[in-house]
Amino acid sequence: MSTSMPTHADPQATSWPFTPGKLGMWLFLGSDAMGFMGLIGAYMVSRIATTPWKQPGDPTFGIPLTAGMTFLLICSSVTMVMALSNAQRGNRKGLVRYLLATIAGGLIFLGLQAFEWTHLIHSGLSAAKSSYGATFFWLTGFHGAHVTSGVIYLSCICRAAGKGRYTAEDHSPVELVGLFWHFVDLVWIVIFTIVYLIPEH
Amino acid sequence: MSGHATIRTYLRIFVLLAVLTLVELAVPPVGHGLGLWKSVTVTLLGVLAAWKASYVGLYYMHLKYETKLLWGVIGLPLFLVLVMVIGFLPDALH
Repeated sequence: MSTSMPTHADPQATSWPFTPGKLGMWLFLGSDAMGFMGLIGAYMVSRIATTPWKQPGDPTFGIPLTAGMTFLLICSSVTMVMALSNAQRGNRKGLVRYLLATIAGGLIFLGLQAFEWTHLIHSGLSAAKSSYGATFFWLTGFHGAHVTSGVIYLSCICRAAGKGRYTAEDHSPVELVGLFWHFVDLVWIVIFTIVYLIPEH
Repeated sequence: MSGHATIRTYLRIFVLLAVLTLVELAVPPVGHGLGLWKSVTVTLLGVLAAWKASYVGLYYMHLKYETKLLWGVIGLPLFLVLVMVIGFLPDALH
């Protein structure tokens, strides 16, 4: 049996320009983007159709806090690409270190989001009371669920990296978790703009 | 993938994203101060968000170095959703 037989993991050996894993992740991200766009579309349509958008007594969102959360996700995207760069060079210590930094960024983001939600709920914001509250909690909650799953996914990859599972030649799972994490960052960029920055008047 | 982008490129993109975020934060108060129409402020914010998102997609997700086939895999669902949102907008405007 020839050792050069094409394998599923080696796109160079087949006519495909990418691995099945990468295609699968992009198909997932494409369908996930449809889910997010559905929620974002619902938010936009509700906001345009509802006057006034903010009901009397509804609290105002804290821009400085969420700007900090945005900066945090951008930083975690950088640590993620640094993790991948270390994986490509076969530097296990660097890979684990940057994956841990990315996980820390995700955990701090979730902590800040929990703080924000608690503050807003205590200030009277409710998903049942107005479209303003309902769309806010759905959209940011759906994104927060993605950050949570991203942190869990990263933790699994980090554990495997610590055990020496990945090499300079074989580190596809690190690239795939990176795609997911950057997608989460990209979606937050859009949510931050439409939910927090666009003024009512 | 890829691997075409260097660490220097990644760090440059990071600085750019941070600067664009600061500009975004300044747009609503400056627009209000200058008496700009809301539509102008919203357009500016939309352009800045699209700019930032495109850098994350192109460089951090390595789309800049991917094949057209992969672009099609991603582009088709996004196009369909855009059609859906545009389809619903007339209802909202009524």
